Amino acid sequence: MDNKGVLVIGEIVEGKLAPITIELLGAGRKLADELGEELSALLPGSKASGLAKDAIACGADKVYVAEDGLLDSYNSDAYTQVAADLCQKALPSVVLLGHTDIGIDLAPRLNGRLGGGLAMDCLALSLDAAKLLVSTRPVFGGNAHAEVVSKSARPQMATLRPKTVPQAKRDDSRKGEVIPVEGKVDPSALKVKVVERIKEEVEGVKLEDAEVVVSGGRGMGSAENFEMIRELANVLGGAVGATRPACDEGWAPMTLQIGQTGKVVSPKLYIAVALSGAIQHIGGCLGSKYIVAINKDKEANIFNVAHFGIVADYKEVLPALTAKLKELVSA
Amino acid sequence: MNIIVCVKQVIDPEIPPVKFKIDPEKKEVVPPPGVPPVISVFDERAVEAACRLKDKQGGTITVISLGPEKASEVVKHSIAMGADEGYVLNDAAFEGLDSFGIAYVLSKAIAKIGAYDLVLCGRQSADWGSGQVGSILAEILGIPVVTLACDIEAADKNIKVKRVVKDGYEMVEAPLPSLVTVSSELGLPRLPAGMRIMIAARKQVPVWKAADIGAEASELDKAHVEITKLSVPTRKTECEMIPGDSPDQAAENLAAKLAELL
Repeated sequence: MDNKGVLVIGEIVEGKLAPITIELLGAGRKLADELGEELSALLPGSKASGLAKDAIACGADKVYVAEDGLLDSYNSDAYTQVAADLCQKALPSVVLLGHTDIGIDLAPRLNGRLGGGLAMDCLALSLDAAKLLVSTRPVFGGNAHAEVVSKSARPQMATLRPKTVPQAKRDDSRKGEVIPVEGKVDPSALKVKVVERIKEEVEGVKLEDAEVVVSGGRGMGSAENFEMIRELANVLGGAVGATRPACDEGWAPMTLQIGQTGKVVSPKLYIAVALSGAIQHIGGCLGSKYIVAINKDKEANIFNVAHFGIVADYKEVLPALTAKLKELVSA
Repeated sequence: MNIIVCVKQVIDPEIPPVKFKIDPEKKEVVPPPGVPPVISVFDERAVEAACRLKDKQGGTITVISLGPEKASEVVKHSIAMGADEGYVLNDAAFEGLDSFGIAYVLSKAIAKIGAYDLVLCGRQSADWGSGQVGSILAEILGIPVVTLACDIEAADKNIKVKRVVKDGYEMVEAPLPSLVTVSSELGLPRLPAGMRIMIAARKQVPVWKAADIGAEASELDKAHVEITKLSVPTRKTECEMIPGDSPDQAAENLAAKLAELL
C-alpha cells in the first residue's frame, strides 16, 4: 500500500482553528502514533499560514496551507478541488473531517472523486489488528452502531461528530513543517456559487452550543402551550428544541428540530417534555450528559434513556419547575 | 423540466425501539413483523420538491428505487404524490451494495432514462444513513451537486437552492443539469389524494435488472467499505423517578436536583 499518514482537513472559524479541527488533530495524532506515521493537516483560506503554528502545536507534523481568498468561505467546488488535489499528491492513508456543515458536504464528494472508503458522523475511531481504520457510526437513527472498515479502498475516510473526543493538548515546543499548496483555485471551475448567506437570528443561546436544551414534543398540544418550553429554557439560560412532529405542527421552527432529521445536540442537560422518545429523535440527544423526561405515559420510550423522570401531565409540572428553578438560579 | 428522483424503501424509522432487532451475525436489521416499510423521509421530501417544481413550471418526474421488488410501493407512493413514471432496480447483484455501488447502479439507470435537467436525492437514507449516495452519484454523472436543500427555485438554465447550514441558510446557484440532495426542512410532503391514488395504483412499474441498465459485475463487486460489526448500544441508564406527593412537589424536587447538577 502506497498510502501513508493521517490527514486532517481543517476548518478555520473567525480567524482561529475551529474546535472540531483541534479535536481531529488530537484523534489524528493518536492514530498516527499507533500507525507510526505522520499527521498532517490542510488549512484552507488566506489566514492559513498564520494558523499553521497552532496546528503544529496541536500535533501536526506537516501543515499544508492553501492560501487563497476563494477558500475563505466554504464553496463545495473549490474545497473539493483543493482537497482532492492534495490527497492525490500526498496520498494519505487516513483522511479525517469534522461532521460539520463543511464535512457533511465535502467528505462524500471528495470520497466520490478519490474512490476511498468513507464513514460519516462517527462517534469513535480506532485501529484494528491489521491497523485498518475502524469507524463507529450510529445507524437506524442511533438504534444501532455499525463499525465500518475499508479493506482496500484508499484513503480511509471519516467525518467525526463534534465534541465526541477531547481537544488536542497544545504543546508550543512541537516542531513541524509548513508546506504551501501549489496552484490556486481555478474560478472558472466553480460551477456552484454561494450568492447569499443568511444568518438565522436565534433568540438567546444557539442549540448546538447550549449547555441546557429544553425540548417539547407532540404532547405539548398547541403553539400556546409550547411557550412553556421557552420559559423554562429562558430560566436555565438554555435553548429550545423540538421533535419533528412539533415542528411539522408549526409550534417551533424547523431549525429547532432535534433528531436524525434535524440537529444533533450534546448539552449537559436535556429536558424532554411531552415527547415519547421516537428513535429518530433520541438519536439527536443521546450525547447529553443528563436527560430528564416529563411525560404522562410511564411506558414512553424516553424513560428508557432518561436519567431522571417525572410521570405526570407536563401542564402540572412545568409551572412549578420553572418557578422553583427561577428562585434557585437567582439565589 | 425533466426531474429524476431517487427514492429508497426503508424500515419505518418511527417503530418503537422494542421492535427494533438486529442479526449481529449477518450484520443486518431484522424487519419488524407486521410493520410495513415506508419511503425514506428525506426521499419523500425530494419527491415533494420535484412536485413543487412541476406545479410551477411543468415537466416530468421520473422516480427510481433500488431495492426489493416490493420497492414498487414507494415508487407508486411517489406517483400518487405527482411523479409520472417510475422504475424499480432489482437484481441479486445489487444486494448489499455500499454507497459507491448504489450510486453506480443509479447512474446506469439514469443513463437509460436519458435526458434530465435535475436529479434529486434525500440527504441521507433514514436507515443506514450513509449520507454519500447523492454526492458520489453527482461525481459519476459529472454534474454539480448542492446538498441539504430546503427550497429549490428553477430558472431556464440554472437553479437557486436554499440550503440548510448550522446557523441559518445559504443561497446557492448551480447550472443545469445538477444534482440536489433534499433535507427535511423542506417541509411536509403532500398527502396523495383522489385521482392520483387511482393513477398510481394502475401504473405499471417496470423492474430493471443489471443487464437492462448495463451494470457491470466488475463494478458491482468493488466494495469500498464493509460493516464489520453491528450492535445495539447498551444504555445503562437507570431512570430515577423523582418522588413527590403531587406533581408540584415532584417539580420542586426535580428543580433542586437540577440545580445540583448544573
